[in-house]
Amino acid sequence: MTSFLIRRLSLSVVLLFIISLISFFIVTLTPGSPYPWGELNPKISAEVKANFRKKFHLDRPLHEQYAFIMRDLFTGNLRSIKDDRPVMAKILERLPATLALNFTAILISLAFGTLLGVYAARHAGCWQDMAGSFLAFLFIALPGFWISYLLAIVLVKEFGVPILGTQSYGIEFPNAAAAELDRIWHLLIPATILALGGLAAQSRYLRATMIETLREDYIRTARAKGLAEEVILYKHALRNSIRPLVTGIGMLLPALISGSVIIESIFAYPGMGRLGYEAVLERDYPTIVALNFVVAALVLLGNLISDLLYAAVDPRVRLE
Amino acid sequence: MSSAQLPSAETPSERLLRRFRANALAKASIVIIILFALLAGGTALLSAFDHHWPCDPNLTNLEQKLLPPSPQHWLGTDNLGRDVLSRMLHGASISLTVGLIAVAVSLGIGMMVGAVAGYFGGITDQILMRSVDALLCFPTFFLILTAVALLGPSLINIVVVIGLVSWTGTARLVRGEFLTLRETEYVKGARVLGQNSWNIITRHILPNAAAPILVTAVLGIPDAILSEAGLSFLGFGVQPPQATWGNIIADGKTYLLDAWWLILFPGLAILIASLSFYLAGDALREAAESRS
Repeated sequence: MTSFLIRRLSLSVVLLFIISLISFFIVTLTPGSPYPWGELNPKISAEVKANFRKKFHLDRPLHEQYAFIMRDLFTGNLRSIKDDRPVMAKILERLPATLALNFTAILISLAFGTLLGVYAARHAGCWQDMAGSFLAFLFIALPGFWISYLLAIVLVKEFGVPILGTQSYGIEFPNAAAAELDRIWHLLIPATILALGGLAAQSRYLRATMIETLREDYIRTARAKGLAEEVILYKHALRNSIRPLVTGIGMLLPALISGSVIIESIFAYPGMGRLGYEAVLERDYPTIVALNFVVAALVLLGNLISDLLYAAVDPRVRLE
Repeated sequence: MSSAQLPSAETPSERLLRRFRANALAKASIVIIILFALLAGGTALLSAFDHHWPCDPNLTNLEQKLLPPSPQHWLGTDNLGRDVLSRMLHGASISLTVGLIAVAVSLGIGMMVGAVAGYFGGITDQILMRSVDALLCFPTFFLILTAVALLGPSLINIVVVIGLVSWTGTARLVRGEFLTLRETEYVKGARVLGQNSWNIITRHILPNAAAPILVTAVLGIPDAILSEAGLSFLGFGVQPPQATWGNIIADGKTYLLDAWWLILFPGLAILIASLSFYLAGDALREAAESRS
């Protein structure tokens, strides 16, 4: 267990190093002005430009720039080019909203992905299976921004239900519980749209392993004992098919953050995806590098947790 | 007499085709894909001869702005009075081009990396696969958006960036195939005969891994189409006045509550096109995997 943790953590350090290199070179090697103002803006004097370059170490060679960015990232001194605020503070203030959104999305995709996967596996080869496959690929193929706008047309125009932001404004809630429900409603809609792709992917993985599991001898034994189909499916078969679900949780995160770049912009949701989009719009290099780094660290952490979870769920797995 | 009872000599590709044909959803998706390709190709071809066929996608007519679907404009008009149907027809070729070329780029890189890692193994394999692991930790779409925004949005940049970012799945798959296939008798035989690594990789191993590679290629096309649509939607796709499915929706979002046709139809096109590719790819995967 300890040696497993040491190996995983040292591997994570190597991966984070590669990740920081990739994100650093993507923002520095691409052509374009590093200034928040236009390259040829006549109102900006050469002195101001020189000061700016010096402040963000842009006058140094690339490897030194990288070293400065990493030093500042770890000491918390990395500042945004756009508003000169510490990047970590900007990310941390978005983190709770992001975690709430992604955690909800993961729960939704696990719950409904399991149901859909078990349903398809149970009817493998029949029309229900085909309908399940069709539904799964429909969810993967749905452009998130499109379905968001269709929802907005229906909900806002037809029913007058507010969906933007994290809560409704201009409404007096009778009590705290109503305000909390309002917040949950504002979380639930973007989370559901974000979850669709992951839900479908999880159901496909689960269907494949579940079909294999249902051919096992102990399932036949359980059937012969006359156990109810639900008990066989959810208690015997699901437990032994759950590996791809658990190990897939960590890898859901990059896709979710990707999706939230668009979804958070549409729903005016104050998460990290929107921060990333704004940073790209403003060519805010330090924020982009830091954001990629934090997301990658979260993904590695998620993978580690899912491996530990899996070892806890399945006694056959030894972490060596 | 005895020869009649031998199993018919069915080549692997014939078997793949026969199993694929047995799938009704797959057949329907292939028909839809061909239809989209014909519409996109036909529009590109005909507009090369007659710029106004079926109707100039950039012809503005402010007297006819934001008209709902009607016999004159089947799918309505946008805020500048441009015909939505002809803009969508011209956008179709963008989506299909992006899908095909991005997949070609990612397939090229993925096959190369996977083949080298799987065939040579050892430290080369370690370095390449750790880089793949690192890339998998990135939010892909954010990476694409960053690179395209910084490089400047153009068809060639978009295609190359999507390809450069999405080869990891192919690389892993090809590496896995190579790890198994390099231990087979015929590869060992080729090595004993003194063939060089390039010949063994391209002539003996790759053809035997063709089916799973084809599957990832087909499944990669809709991924690229959806990425391009997302980029267009955020304003970093192929630039106006060139119409794309994504930027028709992006332009239409300002008129969200008045002109639903600007949102509904281009999105349906994205959905139907990518869904067809996913279903066809999945049917292909099933045909390649099943043993009957």
